[in-house]
Amino acid sequence: MTSTNSSLSNMRRLVAQLKLEASVERIKVSQAASELQQYCLQNAGKDALLVGVPGGSNPFREPRSCAVL
Amino acid sequence: MRGVTSARQQHQLAEAGEPWWRQRESERKRPNTRTSSTIPSPLCASSLKMACQALQSGESLATLKNESDSLKKKLEEERAKLHDVELNQVAEKVELVSALSIRTRRVLKGHGNKVLCMDWCKDKRRLVSSSQDGKVIVWDGYTLNKEHAVTMPCTWVMACAYAPSGCAVACGGLDNKCSVYPLSLDKNENLAAKKKSVAMHTNYLSGCSFTNSDMQLLTSSGDGTCALWDVESGQLLQSFHGHTADVLSLNLAPSETGNTFVSGGCDKKANVWDMRSGQNVQSFETHDSDINCVKYYPTGDAFASASDDGTCRLYDLRADREVAVYQKDSIIFGASSVDFSLSGRLLFAGYNDYTINVWDVLKGNRISVLFGHENRVSCVKVSPDGTSFASASWDTSLRIWA
Repeated sequence: MTSTNSSLSNMRRLVAQLKLEASVERIKVSQAASELQQYCLQNAGKDALLVGVPGGSNPFREPRSCAVL
Repeated sequence: MRGVTSARQQHQLAEAGEPWWRQRESERKRPNTRTSSTIPSPLCASSLKMACQALQSGESLATLKNESDSLKKKLEEERAKLHDVELNQVAEKVELVSALSIRTRRVLKGHGNKVLCMDWCKDKRRLVSSSQDGKVIVWDGYTLNKEHAVTMPCTWVMACAYAPSGCAVACGGLDNKCSVYPLSLDKNENLAAKKKSVAMHTNYLSGCSFTNSDMQLLTSSGDGTCALWDVESGQLLQSFHGHTADVLSLNLAPSETGNTFVSGGCDKKANVWDMRSGQNVQSFETHDSDINCVKYYPTGDAFASASDDGTCRLYDLRADREVAVYQKDSIIFGASSVDFSLSGRLLFAGYNDYTINVWDVLKGNRISVLFGHENRVSCVKVSPDGTSFASASWDTSLRIWA
């Protein structure tokens, strides 16, 4: 009996969760995709890993000082 | 400890490269299922009454199962209705990414064993990393100096995070806890003395992250839950139940998007949660195996996942579905970690075949493969200003790429 009751309450929880997920408001993929694309293109210029930065201003690309023996 | 694994078995599994404490999907006993089915309880008046009441209310396991099946079907149909185009079709006219000149710029050596996790400080130069041998090290990425080192009382420190202020780090692993260490300016001070235990789970800690301040900590665990903690008091503020297996990763939404976070786990699901209510608001299950890492797209409208099935996927939250799969037939090893570049155009993914693949998020193709690590890549993270990214590996080193 105990196992049936706990399965029942698990199922009730699952059904409630699914109802919640089913009620989510959705937009079309075409709209979502074009907004993702728009963000990428608008910010491409600032993306150092994508376009690189003007020489010298990326601290990791600067050569570290070497000791000459 | 989960299961009974002998010391010899642990050693064998560790040699094979597998974390012995992480049960595979096939071996898993589902948490929450009591094994009461082995001993039937006697039929007593109260349980009979409850059973009758359940039948009277028209609810039975069978009707609930039917309802849940039809809801799942409805969910799929609703999602499919809006699937009018693929992301890469929308991005057809976008120019291809030109060849990237990314290579290793720094190699951070100092850990004695597998590096499992790392995190950047907001100052874009410091990093914290944690390893299998219990060591947590804070590095200056520019000079390679080790600024702090702490030895945890446990091995397999799977999670570490830098506090937003830069004044503390949080870490944990097989100790089932997440502890916060304030970083002292005095290099001689013993960090371990000031340690504060914040989170307590009933299984290993897989991920941790500070929220917008040093005051709250979000954790994920092998016990199948995530939790939000108050750092000062150690109080549990909210717990998040819904995963049916170990949770392996979590990521907070960018602050502008509000109070949500995403988690991924061994149940192949990625769940989005409302931090205030504890509610699971969206759930995605399209991977074929454990999800090792989840990471939000810069706007917070989408997130990427990395899985043992060898693929990375992009899920859009507003379309409520998977919108891209980053995969190749030649990639047969699991992906352990992902992160986006600043603009969201590039997706860096670390794999168990020792490589890092760079994907074009919009077009779906692989732009390049980065070689250098000599063992599994466990973690990749782009720096806060997007000028570089760091990778951690089982080869005991970290690399900074730019």
